[in-house]
Amino acid sequence: MTWTAILVLAAGAYALKATGVIALGRRSLPGRVDDALALLPAALLVSLSLVQTFSAGSRLVVDARAAGLAVAVVLAWRRAPLAVVIVAAAAVTAALRAL
Amino acid sequence: MAVPRAAGSITRDALVISVAVGIFGISFGVLARGAGLSIAQTQAMSLLVFTGASQFAAVGVITAGGSVAAAVGTGLLLGSRNLVYGMSLGRLLAGRWPMRALAAQLVVDETTAMATAQEGVAAGRKAFWVTAIAEFALWNLGTLIGALGGEALTDPEALGLDAAFPAGFVALAAPQLRSAASRTAALAGGLVALSLVPVAPAGLPVLAAALVVVVVSVARAVASRWRAP
Repeated sequence: MTWTAILVLAAGAYALKATGVIALGRRSLPGRVDDALALLPAALLVSLSLVQTFSAGSRLVVDARAAGLAVAVVLAWRRAPLAVVIVAAAAVTAALRAL
Repeated sequence: MAVPRAAGSITRDALVISVAVGIFGISFGVLARGAGLSIAQTQAMSLLVFTGASQFAAVGVITAGGSVAAAVGTGLLLGSRNLVYGMSLGRLLAGRWPMRALAAQLVVDETTAMATAQEGVAAGRKAFWVTAIAEFALWNLGTLIGALGGEALTDPEALGLDAAFPAGFVALAAPQLRSAASRTAALAGGLVALSLVPVAPAGLPVLAAALVVVVVSVARAVASRWRAP
């Protein structure tokens, strides 16, 4: 990995992040666009969570992480504090792996 | 609409997330050194790229013998969801341009999750910045420790931390899933993302989910306009 590559990656990564923040910072968008944008973070985070839990490289798998996520879903549904959800999920996953 | 969170819980939540991020940072530091990066290069990646998924992916490609170009390309693909986050956070982070330019560097999964989980702009901004500061500090501190340490000091997977992030994201997204529209979007996006895992390169499944959500929103808007002209 060369310095040039690192700087190119950094510049590109920043450009991706900045496009939305700077382009939309001052504008006021039509209500429907705003509504659509508002749906995105939660939908993306759920999709990301599913991909992170159920994939190993290019394979779909069910392993200890699935148990951790299941525990998290139950606790989140019961409105447990975030810290409890995270620690419980990690603990269940770690425990299953240690078996 | 998110539900209000207790005062003080923003800081606590941000710290919990950032400690987990910091431990992964140690792992990144070790892996980057293992891929042949210098300590300075390793730290520069965490300071300047500041996107865990991109950094791990890029270093992974190098370790697997891939080209530098492939490493950068993969890293950028994995950073593409930050573009979508930025678009959704843009209004929340409105302000003078120096502040927006700084905020942009900090738009990642965790800051977005914390910001959007709050009710109201003020709480959302506080959550964004508190999480950003804690996460930036601990990610970089972790990277430094890993880069200097040489050997793996901790194994995030043995601690179950790879399950901690999905758990945290789901918990933070939960309050926003109270409407039928948001649940439909999440379900559609999730199914598309999972179905693409076996066939698409890393980063693409989640990006495709974003596209699906946009298509679903447009379809709903068109359908409602058609039903009640």
